[in-house]
Amino acid sequence: MSDVTHETTVRVAERVERLTAETSEGPQGLRERRSTGPDELGREVGAVLRGTGITLDPRDVDVERHDDETMIINMGPAHPATHGVLRLMLELDGEYVLRTKPVIGYLHTGMEKTGETLSYVQGATNVTRMDYLSPISNELGYCTAVETLLGVELPERAIWIRMMMAELNRMASHLVWMATNGMDLGSTSMMIYGFRERELILAFFEKTTGLRMNNNYVRPGGVAADLPDGWEDDVTVICDTILERTDEYDELLTGQPIFRGRMEGVAPISAEEAMALGVTGPILRSTGVAWDLRRTMPYLAYDQVDFDVIVGTYGDNFDRFAVRLNEIRESVRIVRQCVERMPGGDYRAQDAKVTPPPRARIDESMEALIHHFKLFTEGFQVPVGEAYTAIESPRGELGCYLVSDGGPHPFRMHVRAPSFANLQAVPLMMRGGMVSDAITVISSIDPILGEVDR
Amino acid sequence: MALEDLHHNFLTGRLEDMVRWARRASVWPATFGLACCAIEMMAAGAADYDLARYGMEVFRNSPRQADLMIVAGRVSQKMAPVLRQVYDQMMEPKWVISMGVCASSGGMFNNYAIVQGVDQVVPVDVYAPGCPPSPETLMHAIFTLHEKIRTGEVLQRRGGATPPAASSDGWTPVVPVAVRLGTPT
Amino acid sequence: MIPLPPTAPPGVACADALACDVACFPTSGAYLDLVRAWRDDGFEICVDLCGVDYLGHPGRVLPEGVVATRFEVVVNLLSVSSRRRVRVRVQAGDREPRVHSLFDLYPGTEAMEREAFDLFGILFDGHPDLTRILMPEDWEGHPLRKDYAVGRVPVQFKEAPGPR
Repeated sequence: MSDVTHETTVRVAERVERLTAETSEGPQGLRERRSTGPDELGREVGAVLRGTGITLDPRDVDVERHDDETMIINMGPAHPATHGVLRLMLELDGEYVLRTKPVIGYLHTGMEKTGETLSYVQGATNVTRMDYLSPISNELGYCTAVETLLGVELPERAIWIRMMMAELNRMASHLVWMATNGMDLGSTSMMIYGFRERELILAFFEKTTGLRMNNNYVRPGGVAADLPDGWEDDVTVICDTILERTDEYDELLTGQPIFRGRMEGVAPISAEEAMALGVTGPILRSTGVAWDLRRTMPYLAYDQVDFDVIVGTYGDNFDRFAVRLNEIRESVRIVRQCVERMPGGDYRAQDAKVTPPPRARIDESMEALIHHFKLFTEGFQVPVGEAYTAIESPRGELGCYLVSDGGPHPFRMHVRAPSFANLQAVPLMMRGGMVSDAITVISSIDPILGEVDR
Repeated sequence: MALEDLHHNFLTGRLEDMVRWARRASVWPATFGLACCAIEMMAAGAADYDLARYGMEVFRNSPRQADLMIVAGRVSQKMAPVLRQVYDQMMEPKWVISMGVCASSGGMFNNYAIVQGVDQVVPVDVYAPGCPPSPETLMHAIFTLHEKIRTGEVLQRRGGATPPAASSDGWTPVVPVAVRLGTPT
Repeated sequence: MIPLPPTAPPGVACADALACDVACFPTSGAYLDLVRAWRDDGFEICVDLCGVDYLGHPGRVLPEGVVATRFEVVVNLLSVSSRRRVRVRVQAGDREPRVHSLFDLYPGTEAMEREAFDLFGILFDGHPDLTRILMPEDWEGHPLRKDYAVGRVPVQFKEAPGPR
């Protein structure tokens, strides 16, 4: 009798294994407690640090727990609430989350490898597809690194155009975040509103860059095209509309008891923990650290415009929401200043090394044609060296590490994606929370899987 | 029963047309957003483009309830088995729109990580070009699919054992047989 | 160029770097101690950690005394309190690149080190869970190595019936 039972168990186990094996990632997933080392266990329960040093706190690791008391569930990668193809594995005790492990790589595109085969001019096309909610920031990060290696000076107008486009993009990105965050919490009206306002910005992007997303607008040495005629009016309309609508969102969400109940006090993170995990951007600012690269390490002309760095207090979901909501308002302020103070002049550096000749010259001069042709087929050469430059994307510090071997292609292009680092805060934020809050935690981190996996 | 006994009007038609009409008018997509195109897919479902006009606003989270899989974005080698599993879980009849060049042909990412065309993994009905396709392009793809449903067979299993023969205009439908994955050489 | 912290191990070569306060080139033995010294000096965030494969590079500029190896691990540290950036470049080896993990100092390097392992095959001693992170588990090879092909599939343009 006992033999039969044993056999049945084995068969069932085999069947379960076969069913789950198809899309299982093996050791990349969350394993049972008895086969997980103490360090890894500590990481999965989010035991980052307590006190001054950055050490794992053994008190946080509940070694007494047995595997048969808890349940490991899988969420994703094709889950509607994971903002893309994030896969989370959660160990639950009833409704409470004990351990979490994000499994990523489902959108690994090999962009860093492809970037090595593209010339520096083409590179912006590649990186713009990483963080698909803020393509301009990606291009900006990449082009800043290329320009640092080249030592190219940008004309004033290019700097201000870049800054304005980056801020418009930040608004669009935060609007989509508000929309999806609203939907994750059950507020489908916010979903409709967020995308409605985003269309305004995208229409302007389409007018300026030719594309709604993945603009490839910022190029090494400047921007691809000058702003279209009448851009001041378009941008002013965008600013006015969005500022007004932001107040409506405030009314719709901030004042709503259900929304507050689900956001306030959920998944708090302290400043020390955030910094130890390499978390930047709105999440770090929500803990009270006024760290915004636009202010602390200014690039472009951010030191010449007037804006506030929005800081939270408790580092919980609600603070992260409030930081992003108010950053939209600050972006509107910056864009308004850009409209007022946009300098005249050229929109790209008149450096014959990186800039193609004007279109009119190509028709009359053979040399200009050859120059244009060489620049776009062969590309320009960048001196040997390496550089890491960082900008503040809507999600945090977006860095680009470039190694050049003196040729027309980057020898190594690495992008420090803010979401990639921010995602490591998931186990910490999840610990002790309910499964139902898991959705809001993922949402409040705002991961863009395109740049997590690159 | 004579016709004069009827007290109201009626229409006649074929049952097949009725089924096709019903299917066409309520294609429910599965949420299968992968990358950039997913954002445009969401934009298509939101206020400005409003897919609800075509009975498509219900993005089903469960593949069991969905008729249409919009593969929105690049499919990596790691994601391909998952995609196939989701597709297998969908009920017949089911259709696939390959949205964007990455899903259709690998696009600009011709490298080790990306499956060069999602038609290697699942049979595709409509390809939508663009990087990413604008919501209008997606809607055009959806209309194309509607037309395909309206004129297609009612009782036909996808990916059947016998591949259909070449039609008179020389167009041979490609039936994918195997999932081609693994390390490229 | 800012001076090394007082607790740094002796004999670490330093150089100027673009958009960064100083670049240090420790040996793999002094690597962990140097990063610890920087951390104690107020560098709270390890912003980035990545590998570089220098196979086929015509020659990089290194300070005297640093033996160039094929693989290099580049760590970018950021100090929020003093607004400084520091880069640590450690030579990881040729055949079996191996350095010590920074997990104990900065838990945030966990995923970055896994990524460097996945894409370059650089081993990190003391890492809690050194598995692949971006590629599928049964993948062969490390894609970002220079001797790993891009994996380009030749594009075939097939004849398709057009509208005409």
